[in-house]
Formats: sequence, C-alpha cells, structure tokens
Amino acid sequence: MSPAETTIPQGYGKVFSRPQSLSDAPTTYCPGCLHGVATRLIAEVIDELGIKDRTVGIAPVGCAVFLYRFYNLDFVQASHGRACAVATGLKRANSDLMVFSYQGDGDLAAIGTAETVHAANRGENFTVVFINNQIYGMTGGEMAPTTLPGQRTTTTPRGRDVASTGYPLRISEMLAQLDGPRYITRQSLHDAPHIAKSRKALLTAFSNQLEGKGFSMVELVAACPTNFKMSPDKANKWLVEQALPAYPLGDLKVKE
Amino acid sequence: MSLQLMRGNEAIAEAAIRAGCRCYFCYPITPQGELVEYMARELPTRGGEFLQAESEVSAINMVYGAAAAGVRTMTSSSSPGISLKMEGISYMAGARLPGVIVNIMRGGPGLGNIAPAQADYFQATKGGGHGDYRLITLAPSTVPEAAELVMEAFELSDRYRVPAMILADGMLGQMMEPVELPEPVDPADIPARPWALTGAKGRDPNVVLSFDLDPQGLKKMNQELQAIYRQIQHNEIRWEESHTEDAELLLVAYGTMGRIARTVARLAREEGIRAGLIRPITLWPFPYDPIRQAAQSVSTVLTLELSAGQMWEDVQLAVGQRADTPFYGELGGVVPTPRQILKEVKRYVSS
Ligand SMILES: Cc1ncc(C[n+]2csc(CCOP(=O)(O)OP(=O)(O)O)c2C)c(N)n1
Ligand code: SF4
Ligand SMILES: [Mg+2]
Repeated sequence: MSPAETTIPQGYGKVFSRPQSLSDAPTTYCPGCLHGVATRLIAEVIDELGIKDRTVGIAPVGCAVFLYRFYNLDFVQASHGRACAVATGLKRANSDLMVFSYQGDGDLAAIGTAETVHAANRGENFTVVFINNQIYGMTGGEMAPTTLPGQRTTTTPRGRDVASTGYPLRISEMLAQLDGPRYITRQSLHDAPHIAKSRKALLTAFSNQLEGKGFSMVELVAACPTNFKMSPDKANKWLVEQALPAYPLGDLKVKE
Repeated sequence: MSLQLMRGNEAIAEAAIRAGCRCYFCYPITPQGELVEYMARELPTRGGEFLQAESEVSAINMVYGAAAAGVRTMTSSSSPGISLKMEGISYMAGARLPGVIVNIMRGGPGLGNIAPAQADYFQATKGGGHGDYRLITLAPSTVPEAAELVMEAFELSDRYRVPAMILADGMLGQMMEPVELPEPVDPADIPARPWALTGAKGRDPNVVLSFDLDPQGLKKMNQELQAIYRQIQHNEIRWEESHTEDAELLLVAYGTMGRIARTVARLAREEGIRAGLIRPITLWPFPYDPIRQAAQSVSTVLTLELSAGQMWEDVQLAVGQRADTPFYGELGGVVPTPRQILKEVKRYVSS
C-alpha cells in the first residue's frame, strides 16, 4: 500500500510517512548501511522545498548506482567519476532544473577529482552529495583516497601505508580553498542529532541552488559495515572514533 | 543566399549553430582551434551555451548531460582528445543519447603531430569505446560538404538516437572555400524528445541509463540497438560515385583523400586510363554494396588513405575476389600529390 492509501484509524494521527520523492522500491543497500539514511534525507529535502517536479538526480558508479530506482524523479546514471560534468551539461542545457549528484569517495575524490574541482571552481549552480565511507563499497572493499592510515582494505591488507599510498584526502577542505563554491560542509550520519544536522545542511545546499547561489557540496561521513566486516553498530562506533578525527565536522565554506 | 569564404573549422561551427546546437563543450587542441574560437565568439550571442571544459573527458560528459536534458549538443576535438572521449561516447550509445562529435584528425599514434591524417577510421567505425555499438560517421571532402554533413549529423543522430561523428582532418579544417551556408533549422522542426530529463511533472519519471545488470535485460537492450543499426545501414548509406560505368580501375577514397582522388581520376582519364571513383560519405554505415557493384567490371580496386590502410579492410570485405585490392597510403601527416598517386595507378593498369 502506498502512503497515500493508508487509512488512519480514528484517534490516531500520521507522524511518519514515505517522502513523495521516494519510490516504494526497496533499496539495494546492505542492512544498516548509512547510504539509506542519506538517500532518504535528500527525498525529505526535495519534498520540503516542493521541487520534485523539476529535479534531476545523477546516480554514480558505486553502491548508489541504483539510486534512480529509489526516487520518483527524473534520473541519469553517469560514468564513474563524471557526475559533476554531467550535472554541468544538464544545468547548462536547462537552468530551470534542480540538479543533484550523489557520489561516493572513490567516484568523487579519486577518478572524478578533476570534474569535481572544476565544477566547484566554476561555481556551477547544482548540489553535490558526497558519501565518504572511507572505502570502495561496491567493488568489494578496496582502498579509497579517504581510507584512514593503517585501515585494512582488500588492497591494503596490511593496513594503509601512507608512505606508499598517501594520506586521507580531505577534498572538502581542498574545495573550501576555492573562490567558486558557495557552500561546503561536512556532516555525519552516525546518530540522530547528526542526521538532523545533515538534513539541515542538505536543505541549505538545495536552497542555495534554488536561489541561484551556486555550487554546494554536502560531505556525509558514513561507514560500510559490510566491508568493514562489522555490525552496523560497531561500524558507527568506528566512524566516531576513527573517521571523525580525520574528518572534522562543520561548515568549511559559507560564501555570503 | 550568398557565398561566403570560410575555413572548414568555421563552417562546421556555423553549421552546428544553424542546426540548432544549443550547448557546445570543448577542450582546445590543434588543428581544430578555429572551431572552438568560433563557438566561443558566436554561440553565447545566439542563445547557446559555450563552455571550455577541464578535459575532453569532461567535455563529452557535459555533452552526455546536455543531451539527457534534451537539447542539441556537440563537442569537437582532434585525435588524442577523441581517444579521451571514447568512454563517454560508449555511454551515449548505451543510453541512446543523440549528440555530435567532430574529429579533425591529426597524425598519430600518441601525440603524433598536427598534420592531416586519416588514421582514426578504425576508432570511429569499429568501436573505439567499449561494447557493441556503432557511431554514425560522416566524412566530408570539401568545406561546403562539411557544413551540409553537420546539419545531417544532427538530423540522423536525433532520428535514431545514436551519436554521430564528423570525421574530417586538419587539411579540411584549415582550408578556405566558398560555402553557401544551410538555412537555420526551425526549432519547431527538431523532433520532440519525450524521453528527456525535464523534471517528472505530470508524468512518470524518465531515466537515462546505459546499464542493466541482468544479462537477459542487457541482451534485449543490445538487440534493440542492433535493430536500430540495421535500420541505419538500410536507410542511410551515402557515397559519391563518378565514372564507374566504363571503369577499368576503381579508386576508393574518402575525405581529403577522396578530394585528391577526384583529381587523380581526371588526370588518369586524360592519359587514357579509364579510372572511376567511389567516395564513401558515410564511413559507417559503409557503402559495401555500391563498391561491390562497381567492382564487378574492374580488374583493380585501389584504396587510397592517409593511413596504413584502415578503410582498406572494408573495401576488401566489399570486393572479395572480384578484383585485385591494392592499397596506397601516406603516413604521419604527409599528404601525397595527385601526380604521385597517378604513378601508382599506372602500375596497376600497365600490369
Ligand atoms: C571506469 C570505471 N572504473 C572502475 C569501475 C569499477 N567500480 C565500480 S564502483 C567503484 C568504486 C566505488 O566506490 P565509491 O565511489 O567509494 O562508492 P561506494 O560503493 O563506496 O558507495 C569502482 C572502482 C567502473 N565501474 N568504471
Ligand atoms: S557495501 Fe558498504 S557502502 Fe555498499 S551498500 Fe553495503 S554497507 Fe553500504
Ligand atoms: Mg565509498
């Protein structure tokens, strides 16, 4: 039954329902994965701003490749890392569209670094949602540029050796140095208060686009319980203890 | 309509604007600089978007985005840059997005040089990117024809939802010729794009995808593509043919080499050699049948290219055992004179 059809018994009120922008397709994320939280938050924000009918999403290559199934929105799937170029093309072709890309850390901060930096530097008027889970989720848990020093992945079986593979890439800090972007922020998805903050950040990022204010990126620190080989609970604990010190939360750039 | 003296690169740019190209994305490279500059100057003042991207990879993905949004869109480059666009072209083919890619070829492989060459034939007509896809490939041999074929490329690309390439070379890009420019396309005549991403207002969401993880599903998507390609092969083969009726020797050449071959055929006729010419205009779909037909009555089919022999393979496929199929080519950006080629022609006629 879709949310609209649900009959509410007398004496009860509706306090929770599926956002209009979300379809009723089940997600393909692993149980306990924070991708699901981010996916839903975006839908809530699109509903709140009333922009569902003019929004186009861009699905990445990564665990969110099926993103188009989870929304009731026009969608395009981009090649690995190119979402910011595709978004540029969409927005330049039709500036009335509300365009957002949704990208993992491999997609945005490794193979798509150039596209991301230059779209940000041009101040393109779209919204980027960046899921930093410190790993390549979809391909089976390889090292990402965001992987922490010493972190074991399938391609760093002895732990990430910074002498040979470099350091966690703080791309939000990099982008915050540029004159182009309007809003760069890093939030986390590990508990309810932080999810609420993440939602607020997404609302700001989409509102900026609505007002023609230019490039906004919300980095959301997440975890990949499956490839971390942890329960969701443990993965969240790991996120707080290990990831957040490397990825401090808060607004990195707010251009007035 | 008056004639205008224009460089090939500029005529291509102007024709694209007249064809209704609204978004153009590029990365600079010689020998197509004038095309980029023309677009930078003209497109924004005529209602379009010009953007210099950070790379050819980005430029083709911007084309992918603009095409998904439902506008006519183009990118241009030269050989090394076209190599970088191949992933994006494969995605466009898979996602059934129309769009035009111009390759003003130069010498290769690698960085090669900036002189005219035709060594990207394989890349354009045999895949280039990954997967079972085809690119409508149009090869002009004069500046006016370049303008005409740009209009055609947009039309065909839209009609079949298959990306189209203009395959020319540095010679054509740089040369100046009088052109009668085509009339601008009336936007109302551009086919509707009900599949475009315009926001799901009052309809189900549209989705632009090039993948299907289910092998049966991807098989079906590929079968649909192949059906479209068969239609194109059936309907859209274009070629120029001259003096084939009484020919003893048939020349096959395209683009700049096709233009030189026209002179070669004339010079040969002046010396009593009955030379005919077939100049493929669509390199894909390739004019196999016209070449096969013309080969029935000749002893030799000589392929001429500015490469080591790429189209030659298709000519051999077309001709089979019907005639000898020698090849003459130049490499590395060297352009032969008609007299040099005539000497080669004489070798086959006297033997
Ligand atoms: C050009 C190209 N290279 C590699 C791949 C394989 N691949 C698919 S997803 C992926 C990594 C995704 O990791 P990330 O962007 O962090 O997303 P996550 O799955 O963690 O959400 C890679 C390398 C691909 N599809 N295309
Ligand atoms: S592999 Fe990791 S990131 Fe991907 S869906 Fe599963 S838990 Fe989430
Ligand atoms: Mg990741």
